[in-house]
Amino acid sequence: MLAAKVILDQGVAVEGVNFFTGFCVEGHTHAIREKHRVRPKRNNALWVAEQLGIKLHIIDVIDEYKDVLLNPKHGYGANLNPCLDCKVFMVGKAVELCAGSTTGLLDEHDFDFIITGEVVGQRPKSQRRETMPLIARESGADDRLLRPLCAKHLPETLPEREGWVDRSKLFDFHGRNRKPQIELAQKLGFSDWAQPAGGCCFLTDAKYSAKLSDLWRAHGTRDYELDDIMLLKVGRHLRPAAGWKLIIGREHGENRYLEGYRKQFVTLRPESHKGPVCLVDGIASATDLQLAARILARYSQGRDATEVTVSITQPGGACEKLTVVPLRAEEISRDWHVGA
Amino acid sequence: MSALETVDARGLLCPLPVIRTQDAIKRLAPGTVLEVLATDAGTLQDIPAWCRVHGHDLLRIEEYEETGEDAWGQIIRITIRVCA
Repeated sequence: MLAAKVILDQGVAVEGVNFFTGFCVEGHTHAIREKHRVRPKRNNALWVAEQLGIKLHIIDVIDEYKDVLLNPKHGYGANLNPCLDCKVFMVGKAVELCAGSTTGLLDEHDFDFIITGEVVGQRPKSQRRETMPLIARESGADDRLLRPLCAKHLPETLPEREGWVDRSKLFDFHGRNRKPQIELAQKLGFSDWAQPAGGCCFLTDAKYSAKLSDLWRAHGTRDYELDDIMLLKVGRHLRPAAGWKLIIGREHGENRYLEGYRKQFVTLRPESHKGPVCLVDGIASATDLQLAARILARYSQGRDATEVTVSITQPGGACEKLTVVPLRAEEISRDWHVGA
Repeated sequence: MSALETVDARGLLCPLPVIRTQDAIKRLAPGTVLEVLATDAGTLQDIPAWCRVHGHDLLRIEEYEETGEDAWGQIIRITIRVCA
């Protein structure tokens, strides 16, 4: 937001690009979980674009992003976050967009350079003094990548040399302290701003990364589809056996979301008592489904009842009912909880 | 006025309904009316914001309950006129 505003204020035409990898935190968690609905619901990138009066293009990179996550040349951060490769990939996509070679979204404008809000030293992996030139080089942006907020710590770029941008009006921010950015935001008239980088990606989250690793172990391959990674954001995940796990809604919004998958998964619902929707991910035998029903009963309002009736619906619609004794709390192994 | 094009974004979470809308509008001629069907309440904010940012006319937002075997429940229908 600040980087774009600084460049806009120099009279340069700017349009925004936002990449959707499937691992973005905002939007989905807010959309799924009702408890988040007390907060204003907004797409921060769109909100920023509107504040700045610029166009924003949201690009689906779900498929292309797989290679970034599965084969990161520069490795992972603390969890499964391939931050440096991710940055190289996204700047590289921006280079393609400028050339109009992929989506054609920007080709009518013939953009000359790329700006990012990166600050030297702000992030431990992707925004270090030694990695920032690497991003410019490996993305193919080279000297067409300008970081207005820390430009004075970096070599002059093409837009500065050509006089399209006045370097003297750029900044020398560095480090993790965001006070200079907040002061600049206030000076530019902003009283609200979007979430800083890092917290916007599920791959930086230890619990989410544990669920993703579990998924790969269970599938026997390091791969995923969009539904896989979306479902990792929802519900309690319990794996009582290697071949199957349960995804149990934690509240109404999640239950509603899980219902959308009823044509793809065996779905369990408590019938005699109120309780969550539960998907069975994997191959579960009749004995496994009996255990699944007892686990679900534990998470229903019938947890203390002597019996709970649970419906088990196949993706094709065939439904049977089982009456089971809810598992006691101590019978639910701590090890079953994935990413807890 | 009836919509000429439909984007079915039911079951998708934001920003996917916005992306599907954006990609559809890219292919449509100015003046075309498009309806977006969605289930994510985030579309109530995001698609109007996207229309404002890109200068398309937001004609109408309706919500209704879908019932039946394959029903998604609460549906959001957003009608947009594509502008140049």
